[in-house]
This record gives sequence, C-alpha cells and structure tokens, in this order.
Amino acid sequence: MASMTPDSSQEVSPPRFTILLVSAMALSYEILLMRLFSIVQYHHFAYMVISLALLGYGASGSFLTFFRQRLLQNFAASLITGIIFFGLTAVVCFFAGQHLFFNPEEMLWDKRHWLKLFVLYILLALPFFFAANCIALTFSRYKMKISAIYAADLFGAGLGSMIVIGLLYFVFPQNILLIVGSIILLIPVVALFELRLLSWKRVFLFAALAAIPLLLPSGWKELIISPYKGLSQQMQIQGSRIIEEKSSPLGILTVVENKKVPFRYAPGLSLAAESELPEQLGVFTDGDGLSVITRFPENKDKLSHLDMVTSALPYHLRQLQNVLVLGAGAGSDMLQAINAGTLDITAVELNPQVVDLVRKRAGFSGGLYDLDNVRVYIDDARSFVAGSTKTFDLIQVPVLDSFSGATAGLYALNENYLYTKEALQEYIKHLTPDGFLCLSRWIRLPPRDTLKLFTTAVETLKGNGIKEPENHLVMVRSWQTGTLLIKKTAFTKAEIVAVKEFCSKRFFDPVFYPGMQEQEANRYNIIFEPYFYQGVVNLLGENSGSFIKRYKFNITPPTDDKPYFANFFKWQTLPELLRLKGQGGIALLDSGYLILVITLAQAIIASLIIILLPVLLKSAGRVQSVNWTRSRVALYFFSIGLGFLFLEIAFMQKYILYLGHPLFAAAAVLAIFLVFAGMGSQYAQKRKFHAIWPVMIILCLGLIELAASGLLFNILGDLIRPMKVLVAVFMLGPLAFCMGMPFPLALTEIGSEVSELVPWAWAVNGCASVIAAVLATLLAVHFGFSTVVLSSLVLYGIAAVTFPAGQKEQVGT
Amino acid sequence: MLHPFIKKIFHFSCICLCLLLPGSNTTASDQFAEQRRAMVRVIETDVYLTSFYINKEKLDPRVMAVMGKVERHKFVPSSQEAWAYANQPLPIGHGQTISQPYIVALMTDLAMVDPGDKVLEIGTGSGYQAAILAEMGAEVFTIEIVEPLAEKAAERLTGLGYNMVKTRTGDGYYGWKEEAPFDAIVVTAAASHVPPPLIRQLKPGGVMVIPVGSRFMVQQLVLVEKDNAGKITTRQILPVRFVPLTGDH
Repeated sequence: MASMTPDSSQEVSPPRFTILLVSAMALSYEILLMRLFSIVQYHHFAYMVISLALLGYGASGSFLTFFRQRLLQNFAASLITGIIFFGLTAVVCFFAGQHLFFNPEEMLWDKRHWLKLFVLYILLALPFFFAANCIALTFSRYKMKISAIYAADLFGAGLGSMIVIGLLYFVFPQNILLIVGSIILLIPVVALFELRLLSWKRVFLFAALAAIPLLLPSGWKELIISPYKGLSQQMQIQGSRIIEEKSSPLGILTVVENKKVPFRYAPGLSLAAESELPEQLGVFTDGDGLSVITRFPENKDKLSHLDMVTSALPYHLRQLQNVLVLGAGAGSDMLQAINAGTLDITAVELNPQVVDLVRKRAGFSGGLYDLDNVRVYIDDARSFVAGSTKTFDLIQVPVLDSFSGATAGLYALNENYLYTKEALQEYIKHLTPDGFLCLSRWIRLPPRDTLKLFTTAVETLKGNGIKEPENHLVMVRSWQTGTLLIKKTAFTKAEIVAVKEFCSKRFFDPVFYPGMQEQEANRYNIIFEPYFYQGVVNLLGENSGSFIKRYKFNITPPTDDKPYFANFFKWQTLPELLRLKGQGGIALLDSGYLILVITLAQAIIASLIIILLPVLLKSAGRVQSVNWTRSRVALYFFSIGLGFLFLEIAFMQKYILYLGHPLFAAAAVLAIFLVFAGMGSQYAQKRKFHAIWPVMIILCLGLIELAASGLLFNILGDLIRPMKVLVAVFMLGPLAFCMGMPFPLALTEIGSEVSELVPWAWAVNGCASVIAAVLATLLAVHFGFSTVVLSSLVLYGIAAVTFPAGQKEQVGT
Repeated sequence: MLHPFIKKIFHFSCICLCLLLPGSNTTASDQFAEQRRAMVRVIETDVYLTSFYINKEKLDPRVMAVMGKVERHKFVPSSQEAWAYANQPLPIGHGQTISQPYIVALMTDLAMVDPGDKVLEIGTGSGYQAAILAEMGAEVFTIEIVEPLAEKAAERLTGLGYNMVKTRTGDGYYGWKEEAPFDAIVVTAAASHVPPPLIRQLKPGGVMVIPVGSRFMVQQLVLVEKDNAGKITTRQILPVRFVPLTGDH
C-alpha cells in the first residue's frame, strides 16, 4: 500500500460510490445479524447484541480523534485497509462468536455466560467499527463535500436494506453472510478506481481476496443453533429427518418428518381425549415455534382431537356457515372447521411460504388450501379485515398465532396489532349478528394473557355502547390454553348450557359465562385460588381500574398506539421476583421488557465512555472556534441523532397497519426515509442556511402527519398496495427530505472551522442513533407512538436552537 | 408481616452457623457430602418460603433424607461437577438439563412415593430423578428417547448400584405397558399434551407430575390426578410464593 500516495487536492471528488457500498453493506450486515441471531438464538437477544455492536460506529469516532492525522497522511491506504478489515471481521467474527456457545438463559445461574456475552459484544462491534472508520475518515478528508458523502451514506443504507431483504427470499442467511463478506472485499477495487489508483494487479489481488469467504471449509460456515430450541431438540429424536427448508425475510421454515417416532402435536388437548393423532409433519420457524401439517384423513373421525381443545367451543354453540381463520399457518384450525362441517372457510396467512409448503404436499395435506370451500388470502390479519366487506359467523384467532413469524428480522420489537382495542372493534364489526369472535392464548400462572384479553374485550364492548358486556363474553380454560368468545348479541340460555356441557365433557373449566357462580370455576384444573374467575369478575366490576392497578402484571388493554400485548412487566413487581429467584421466581418475569431496559442502560453507559473518553484524554480547551464548542457539537448531534431515528421508527410502526405486511412497511418506510434524506442532504450541499429552516418544516410536517395520518388511512384504506406506497412517499418524503439537512449543514460548518471535531460529531451521532432505537421502543411501550413523534420534534427544536446564532446572518445567501 | 422476615433471618443464620461448624480433614467425597447437606438446607428454606402454595411447611422427611444421600455430582458432566450441589439446573449435553434440586425435591414429594410403589419416568436424562425415586424404595421404570443419554444414564445407574431401576431407550408416549398400572408417573420430557396412554397406565388414586416451562426455568408443576371413578383433574402448582395482587396476602 505504500505506493498509494494521497491526492492532496481538495478538488477531487470524494469516493462516493465506495461510501455508498460500505454503508449499504454495513446495513445489510446489521439486518443479516438480526436474522442470524433470531435463528441461532432468539430475537430478543439479537436486538440486545446488535444495538451494542452498532456502538462500533461511536467507537470509530473516538478512535479517529486520536489517530485521524496519522491515517489521513495516507488516506487511500487507510480507507482500503479499513474496508478489508470490515470484510474479514464481518465473516470471521460471527462464525467465531458462535463457538462461545453463549446461552442467555444460563446467565441467571452461571456467571461465565456474562463474560461470554461481553466477548460477543466486542467481536460483533469490530465490523461496524471498521465500516464506520471508512466513512468518518472520508468526512475528515473531504471536509467541503460532507453533504455529498452523507447523501451517499444514506442512499447506501437504503439500498442495503432492500438488497438484503430481497436476497433473503432466495439465499439462506448464512450464505448471504459469505456473499456480503465477498462484496465488501471487492469494494477496494471501486475505491481505487474512484481515487484513480487502479491497476490490473490490484484488481486481481482483491478478486482473490474476495474469494476467501466463499472458499471457507463447509464446517466453518455452519450455523450452530442453540441446543435448547425446538428444532435442535426434535433432531435429537431418532428418525427425525429434515425434508425441506425455505428462507424468506419472515424466517427460515424447516419441515421435519419422523416415521419412527411420530409427531403428536396437539397443544391444549383435553385429558379426556382417547384417540390417536393422525400423521403429522413438523414445521419449525427459525428453528422453533412448531406447527404441523396434518395428514388429511379419509375418515373424519381421525380429526376428533381437534374437537378436544378449547378453541373448538364455538362449533358447539350452533352450526356455523362461514368461518374466518386469521393466521391459518399449516392448517390445523382450518381442519378443525372442516371437522365441524363448516361450509365456507376463509383463511388468512401472512407467510406465503407456509401456504406453499402445505399446497406442495397436496397428497398429504389433502390440498387443504385448494378445497372448493376454502379461500386463502396472503395478507396481514388487520389489513385483510379492514379491507373486507364480508361478515362471518366465526372469526378464529388461533392460540399459536403463526403471525409470530412477523416478529422476526426487522420486526424484532414485538408490536402486535392482533389484540388491540381497535383490532377487536374491527373484528366485531365483521361478525354476523349472532357471530362469535374466538381468541385463544396459552394459560400462564398467575393469569396474564387471558386477563389482558378479557379486559380489552370488556373495554371494546363498552366502547361499542354495550351497557352489559358480561352478557357478551364467555371464557373457558384447560391447564394449557384459554379461549375467549365475544358475541355481538347476548349469549342465549341454550348457548350457556352448551358451554357447560362442552367443558365438563373435556375436563375444561369455565372461567366466565353470564350468570356463573364462583364454585363452578375451579373444578377440573385446580389452582390455589380461582384466580381466573376472580380476575374477570373484578375486570367486569366498577373498580376494574383499581384492580388493573393493583395487579402485579401489566394487563392494561393494548391500543394501536401502544400495541404491546405481550408486555406484562411492572416495575413494582421486579424486586419481589428477584427475591424469589431461587424458587424459580424469575420464570414469572417477562424478560422482553427487561432486556430492552438493560440494552438501553448498556448503550448509555458505553456511549458515555465512548463520548467522554476523547474529551477526558484530549484536552478540551484547545478547540478554536467561536461557534462550535465541544458541548455544542455534542448537544446538536445528539439531538438530531435521536430525533431522526425516533421519527423513522415511529412511522415505521404506524405504517405497518396501513401498508399491511410488517416487513413490507419496514422496508418501504426505511427506504423512503433514507433516500429522501439523502436527497435533502444533497440539496443542502450547495446552500448555506441556518438549521432552523429545515427544522421548522420538520415540525410542521411532523404535526400534520400525526394529526392527519389516521384520518387519511381511513379514507385511503382501500387502495391497492402500490398506490398505498405512493401515498406513503407523498406523506413521508418531504419530511425525510428536510431531515436529511441538519446533519450535513452543521458538519460542513464544523469541517471548515474546527475539523478536529468532525470525528467527534460522528461519534456522538452514532451513539445517539443506538440509544434512539431502544429508547423509541421504551417510550412507545409506556406512552405510545404519538409521544415518540412529539419527543422527536422537541429534539429537532433543541437542535435548531443549538445551531450557532452567528450563522443566522447568512440565511438566504 | 414482620415474622416471616425474622424467620428468614433465623434460617439464614442457621445456615451460616452450619457452614461455620468445624469439619474434619476433608477428602473430596467429604467435601461433596458437606455441599450436599448445605443443598438440603437451601431446599428446606425454599420450601418454607413456598409453603403458601404447596400447602405444607416441610416436604416429606424421607424426600429430604434421600436428597441428602444421592450423590448428585456423579450425575453431571465432569465440567459441571463444581456446581453439582448449587440450587440450579445444569446442562448435561444433547440440549438436556438436570433439574434444579429444589424442583426435583418438590416433584418427588408431589409424586407421594411409598416403598414398593411402581413409578414410571418419561425422560431419564442424567438418571438423577430415577435414582432419587429408587432411594425412596420405588420400583422405577424409566424411558429416554435420546439414545446417547439413555445409554449413559443406564450405565451410570448400574454402576452406582441402582439395580432396581429398569431403563429403556425409545418413545415414551405409550408408556411401559407390560408393567402398567403405575402408582406415580413423572414426565420430565417436553410434550405438547399429556399422552392419553399414560393416563390409562395411571392407577386410580395415582398421580402424574409434569414440570412446565423451559429447560432452565420451571414455570409451574402440573399434577394430573385420577380418582377411583376415573375422573381426571389437574392441580397447577406455582413453585413460588407469589400472589398476583398487591395487598392481597
């Protein structure tokens, strides 16, 4: 590399395409890591590791504070070395990290796993550190072209997210990792071309280097899936054989057959069930979350087990003509409807590959999805219901929502729009006058899901003007599952008799029906006290608010603004549960929320170290600028770092409901934000104006968006998807365009006045972005998405005020 | 509400005192014996704290005696030996674990085993639970589906002299028909539901114990009971003293 002398001319245009590619690959790598960790571990954990790994961005800023001058002396060599290290560490660090055999669950018991986690953090931060170095170094080198570089960075990030999501449909994630590694190792060729240093010798050198990841021995590039995940456990059983695997951004689907020890999957099966289960094929999503494809029997008796679960209740109240299954998955709930003699079945499933797996095995599954009386829609449940004009005798929301696949990948934040008040209202609207809405959940002790569902139902019914919601609700439970029935009209006496009979025949317990007495509540599945019955009675009473407050788990009804059904965490319960750790109290802790808090805490601590370190070690007094002091830079870049991501994340969530498919929404919103922000940055390049102008527009557009989007979604809810995307572009594009400006406006100023602060601004911004991702979710959990949007607008306001007043004079010049 | 706290301090002091008692020159096995005694005391404290739910302040003294006798360190991989008597679950390979001692004691107590009882275990794992049941005087039949685990456990149980434990490799779904009915059935293997054949192989008046949760965290214990008329009920037991409402003790 010694021959690579830097081009001293500032006139030479920056290596934009190189930066675009580096940024694209860094974002691809980030999304890919999410997928990979969701497969080998669980997505909660993926979130925790990756958010910290991204601090590699912040760390690069600190690193450059010390070594910037030395690296800039030979910019080309530094840039290319950085890219090579990025490529190599991207591949090596992930595969090496697997060999730590880290297991989050064991952290409670075994302190060695904390050390493993720490090593994992360091390993995964390295690739991001090198990628960020390349970008920050380029900012420092081409101080006058910061807008152009920032634009390339944003365009690249947008491109990267699209590329990796597209690739996930065709290539397995572990192979994409190798491809990403190879592409990164080829970027130096582009860099050399842009820096006018290209020679054939070098092209061959880097082509050879790029081949390395693809030529690794196959033993090195296998995924090591946690032995405690369902698929790993299944493969320990003799006779288990994987017969098909499919990849998509929604997850890896693995079909397993076992002729020796058959699958016998029937969660919640009554203890009174006698019959053998028909043959089944297991379908695992990301190595867990088993669902089964059942052999379509010649004799319907073979499906009798589907009548011995709590969700079969509505079929015993009267003959149902048409049924809607939301989350049809591998088809169990459709078979249940067929078994009950339903004439017309509508199935909605989010993941087309699941439907394909069933269709492909028509001989086995009986062509379930292609039967004359079945219609299947590949869609999100909410978006299907909102767009449908039909009414149904029964809307079935199964116990195992196959929609959970949606929580994979980009969507790893656990929003669930299936059980919100708005959702229930929409479902009820689509019932025939005597129709039932049937929702099932796992039973947990002490009761959580079931009570939250019940109180959501009570509030929804009250919201619909029903004065006595207790007459419209029935709930039953086995020791494993609970099912809630909501009826538009009051339950009849005959129906209540049928409920009682259904329960006693199957050893199920009624939790509630109109007119029920406490002594009927706890007969077959006995718990210390009839907590379920007592819970629902309290929730129906006048003091339901105080009950919800006193209950040690969060059972407040979720709304579309706060769609966190699965969050049961309450801070006041934490000390008690920690005290009970030895007896298994930790098992009662819903760790998702706590992991989020820990992630935030570690991100803040690590950020502080990264941000403060250079200040402490390099004397702060030597900054020579009237306008930009270190603290001003920190406040400004921290505010816009948080603000940008708050808006992006909040709108990504808000648009899921409008655009339907969560992944589709995430990809579309992300792309709109990055591309338009890139354009905004490009626009700002040639102009010099105070940051207050774009911020004013951001505030206006943000408020309009917040106030009008709900209304607009209702009016424009029936459009076809490409039109909906166009609506999103019109609504979010201008906002994102303005959001692209504050960063380069300030950085260009700093570059010309105090260039030694450029890496620092970059570090602060990087840290803020990491904190923002976690903090946005935490704010949404407690206060809703609207609050996240408003906080962001405040932050932009702070940034505008922080922007040096001296610059105001140049407005309009 | 002060007295439980005082009792807790008393228990803790007892444990500390016991730990401070002068010991003889220690050999490795003495060391393990001492650790085992400490483990039993920890279980006793946990049980006392959980008495609210399991409806008793003490477990069957026979169970506690057996917990103090069976050499748990011989049932864990050598890499885990140092933690054998800690009140925690440990990995034993093949994605399986040996349960937390407190949970093993609780399950054994709930199974209400008398000498001479026939007990079926689905999921041998390390063989520890089978050894505990055998020490209780039961005739134990245990089935493990993961072949290497089954072989190792069989070898270990024979080596330790537990000849009254009969082992089998294979599918536990159909139970052990030739030896049915059983006074108690302990299911430690994960299953999506209670297999009907197992319910059939349970004696009237018998009891089946199932831990529910993940490999490292038991969320509840489910007791399936069959009365003389054949009516089947379950009892769901939280192994933790915890009430879901504040101010509701």
